[in-house]
Amino acid sequence: MPLDPSFVGRTYEPTEPYLVTREKIREFADAVGDENPAYRSVDAARDLGHADVVAPPTFAIVVTSRASAQVMFDPALGLDYSRVVHGEQSFAYARPIVAGDRLVVVGSVENIRSAAGNDLLSLRQDVTTVDGEPVCTARSTVVSRGTSAEG
Amino acid sequence: MTAHIKAGDVAVGDVLPPKSFPLTRLSLVRYAGASGDFNVIHWNERTARSVGLPDVIAHGMLTMAEAVRVVTDWAGDPGAVVEYGVRFTRPVVVPDDDQGATVEVTGTVAEVLDEGLVRVDLTATSAGEKVLGQARAVVRLA
Repeated sequence: MPLDPSFVGRTYEPTEPYLVTREKIREFADAVGDENPAYRSVDAARDLGHADVVAPPTFAIVVTSRASAQVMFDPALGLDYSRVVHGEQSFAYARPIVAGDRLVVVGSVENIRSAAGNDLLSLRQDVTTVDGEPVCTARSTVVSRGTSAEG
Repeated sequence: MTAHIKAGDVAVGDVLPPKSFPLTRLSLVRYAGASGDFNVIHWNERTARSVGLPDVIAHGMLTMAEAVRVVTDWAGDPGAVVEYGVRFTRPVVVPDDDQGATVEVTGTVAEVLDEGLVRVDLTATSAGEKVLGQARAVVRLA
């Protein structure tokens, strides 16, 4: 089933605040096998100039995925999640995420198009603190394999 | 933020120390739990095959997380990465055996920008095929 093109341009309500914890950062770093002490030791992170334990560069996905789920799991969009693979991903940081941050995400749909029988959904997530300080902008394209009407 | 490398000591063409990352089914289960991405194609080969994949594939985000370690280990401060983007050009297929898959990552300084910023271009291959395209990180050096 092709995706509903009327989703392009939609912007969603901010997600519930996400409290970044030291333990979640450690768990994420463990899962990617990264032993960098700045992900685990407050002293090591402070030696680098951070207020607290710092998050790995791709940790933002833990937070932004809540906003992309608002879109992808909306039944009206028509996405079969088992057919979804990740096409592109980028992060632009205003500053690194550190433990103690309370983050909210505003998600939006930038584009929906078809290519080679696949549907491509381009999403954007703007991450700020609950006080409105910009932290990160993430962009992603997800590919729905073999679902395009033009396929 | 305090990277260990000085921008003035870096030139276009410098090669960063390469890294090699083993990925097994256990790696994928751990990443699913830590990231919250429970897409079935990352742990169930029946579902993966039913949608036309050769086998279970790694989360693209796991490959992306591994690849940037070439940059963060070199720069010294993971918080010094200010931009990072990739295209997922081929899936990393992870068979259900003791070997799993291996992702090999190299990085090269591609551009020296203003204000201590340096762009590093990354290559990532698995089973001899490129798995990331246009993989680029901008890092703020000391």
